[in-house]
Amino acid sequence: MIHSLSLNLFRKSRTAGFLILTFLASSLWAQDADPAKGKSLFNTNCAACHQLDKKMTGPALRNVETRLSETEGLDRTWLYAWIRNSAGMIKSGDAYANKIYTEYNNSAMTAFPQLSDTELNDILAYTAQPKAAPVTQATSDVVGGGVPSTGGADNNQILLAGLALLFGLLAIGLFMVRKTLHRFAMANDIDLPVDKPKSTPIWIAFAQNQFLVLVTAIFFLLASGYFVYGFLMQIGIDQGYEPVQPIHYSHKIHAGENKIDCNYCHSSARVSKHSGIPSLNICMNCHKSIYEYNGPTTAEYTKDFYDNEIKKLYKAVGWDDANQVYTGKTQPVKWVRIHNLPDFAYFNHSQHVTVAGIECQTCHGPVEEMEIMSQYAPLTMGWCINCHRETNVKVTDNAYYDKIHDELSKKYGVEELTAAQMGGLECGKCHY
Amino acid sequence: MPNMYTSVGYEAYGEYDVFAKGQEAMAPAENTIARGHSLYAFPNSNEGYELAKADSTNPYETDYDAIRGKALYDIYCGICHGNQGKGNGYLVANEKILGVPSYDAREITVGSVYHVIYFGKNTMGSYANQLNEEERWQVSAYVMNLREALIQN
Repeated sequence: MIHSLSLNLFRKSRTAGFLILTFLASSLWAQDADPAKGKSLFNTNCAACHQLDKKMTGPALRNVETRLSETEGLDRTWLYAWIRNSAGMIKSGDAYANKIYTEYNNSAMTAFPQLSDTELNDILAYTAQPKAAPVTQATSDVVGGGVPSTGGADNNQILLAGLALLFGLLAIGLFMVRKTLHRFAMANDIDLPVDKPKSTPIWIAFAQNQFLVLVTAIFFLLASGYFVYGFLMQIGIDQGYEPVQPIHYSHKIHAGENKIDCNYCHSSARVSKHSGIPSLNICMNCHKSIYEYNGPTTAEYTKDFYDNEIKKLYKAVGWDDANQVYTGKTQPVKWVRIHNLPDFAYFNHSQHVTVAGIECQTCHGPVEEMEIMSQYAPLTMGWCINCHRETNVKVTDNAYYDKIHDELSKKYGVEELTAAQMGGLECGKCHY
Repeated sequence: MPNMYTSVGYEAYGEYDVFAKGQEAMAPAENTIARGHSLYAFPNSNEGYELAKADSTNPYETDYDAIRGKALYDIYCGICHGNQGKGNGYLVANEKILGVPSYDAREITVGSVYHVIYFGKNTMGSYANQLNEEERWQVSAYVMNLREALIQN
């Protein structure tokens, strides 16, 4: 009751003696305000530009109220006015409003006239909460998980060494026994069996048999032909190629866990020959506010590892995360190209992505599961042609295909035409 | 016989001595404009934003194609703004990116939406290199459609 009374009083008495009331009211509100509601309000309305402990587009907001009253002598009413209409405050010539506006590169803060006093109090209660202690358990788990596996490898090696020693000792033992027996036989005048007279050596016998020589020669020729063919056929085929990239970019995290569409980053796949390597400003669309990794980790890929990769991005694009400005010192990232067609073959992404509507995964495999990107398909001519033979062309709602579809479906007597029947096997389509 | 595996022509993203730092991928030369592109009248500032907001003419209004607008919106915007524009896209729902407003909670016009897509605003980056001029207007018009639907509900 006192609370609502003071609230009403406060609203009516903007002019005289409100300082005392504000003090009284704020101490009462501080108990009533709900930080949990404040958190959800903060996340929907403020968190695009503000975090509690880190400078973003706008300043860090932990304890903003106490900080302002201590350093600037500004009270909660100033904050209300600022949040509801910051542009108006700047225009009115308020000193601190103008100072903060210039300090943050003249970024205009969105006005929030729709937030009520209670809602603003909830938000301020949330910002006044003490910082939670960081949790360190996760890292110790990771270390503990790593040890047994290396221990297992050591155990195996010790076991193998022991076995080798045992067999060595056995061999020496047998040799000694044989030697001793031999000596006994000599001492007791027992005749040992003498080696038989030598017959024709086997290789001479082989050389004398012409039929065998012929068969072996043919066998060797065929076998070597087989291996030479195998060797020649893998030239220029890099299926499974998985190079180490300058920044460990995980498609699994971006396309898999976060379900970002392939076209979001590879936007030119829709409209051009190349799928496009995203320029770093596209990374910064999200990584301006995502400066650390908070997803699942493994022993190999820890949070520190991923955080360090984000720092590499910041360094390359010249982003000063502490001050939230671009330094202008950029450093192009030298990505290693994975998919490489020889120049005599023409391939156009937009034809396949936009016109045919083929899923990226058809050729690139389950990219959303790849921690490290690798070449999924062999990218050979046979592989292309197989797909052209099996895939029907989508002709519905595409006036471009109307005439040719009518004529060709009459010629082949089918309703659905494959890419091959549309001319997808003609040499000149891909080689010219 | 020419080398048919790697031709003499420069390939996209290739590395050749003839370019500065050997880098084939380059930004357009300053003070030039590529064919098929046009200049945008409003500057990247708060004043430019207000001007764009006041001038709500969509040059591609007659070519508006809701299906294309939606397809592009769902790829580039929906991941944060949500496919209905409520500000609850997949990344927001998973608390990766926060503070994305619902379209009906903001006073926006097709011109201001285009300005923001072109230059970005506060934490949101520019989408000028992922969407071309015509696509940006398609998306802007689609955003206004979503907003109207949100206001009516």
